[in-house]
Amino acid sequence: MKIFVVVGTQEPFDRMVKTIDLWARNNSTHSIFAQISRTEYKPESIGFTDFISPELFDQHFNEADLIVSHAGMGTIISALRHSKPIIVMPRLASMHEHRNDHQLATAKSFEKLGYVQAVYSEEELFKALDSAERIEPAAKIGPGASTGLINTIKNFIDKS
Amino acid sequence: MTGKPKKILAVASGGGHWIQLMRLKPAFEGCDLAYLSTHDGYKKLVQDSRFYKVTDANRWNKLKLLKMAFEVRKVVMREKPDVIISTGAAPGLFAILWGRFSGSRTIWLDSIANVEKLSMSGRIVKPFAHLHLTQWEHLASNSTLFKGNVIS
Repeated sequence: MKIFVVVGTQEPFDRMVKTIDLWARNNSTHSIFAQISRTEYKPESIGFTDFISPELFDQHFNEADLIVSHAGMGTIISALRHSKPIIVMPRLASMHEHRNDHQLATAKSFEKLGYVQAVYSEEELFKALDSAERIEPAAKIGPGASTGLINTIKNFIDKS
Repeated sequence: MTGKPKKILAVASGGGHWIQLMRLKPAFEGCDLAYLSTHDGYKKLVQDSRFYKVTDANRWNKLKLLKMAFEVRKVVMREKPDVIISTGAAPGLFAILWGRFSGSRTIWLDSIANVEKLSMSGRIVKPFAHLHLTQWEHLASNSTLFKGNVIS
């Protein structure tokens, strides 16, 4: 299985990167590549880079069988657009992983809607990776926003 | 569309904000479009439009934030757009504030990531934006409307 790990561009996310690296140690048949931002922990069992161009991001994304990500909207929307199974782990303010806990609310809401598999601890992430091949992708979304939203903006522009 | 195409300035910081802005593209059809963001890499993705890059900053870095505010002002003054639209965060807030004082009509679409309450930028910009939108029905009010979201 090809796994693409996305940490985003905010603060480091050592909890997630380290857990995946430890898991990879005993699961070497999978090919894992991670974008790790300023994460201090340097992985030993997976490929990684700090930051990534939009083009390379798309390439890794398209080739991946599974996405593992912080609960950032960019990655979640991309997973829905490309119908990729995705595990999300919210960044927590208490661990200095983000400025506030909005990712926790994002993860819970999108989990409830059936769009993502959310994990809330290292243990849950480890377990989710063990059964990763059984994670189903959500239905593919279209290229744009909902008609109601597009029309509202269009009308506003026309009248301006 | 009759007459001169409307000038639009579409603003978003990097990552999720930018991806949400891209999903609004169908609404800008036939318009004279310029984008403003915080990453040079996005320029290639909107080659048919003008593109401006400003300093990346958030509210924890006051100096950079100030620098960004004035960079955004320069773009707004040069473009003089009919409409400014933003999906967040800080650069969109500044664009709408400057635009409001120079005669632009303004739209704020709060990020779909803000499920429990509107973003900090979204709350600050609320009295200034002509159209203030949330992507969650339960966050809508008299002055913040829900008209759909970016993931349909």
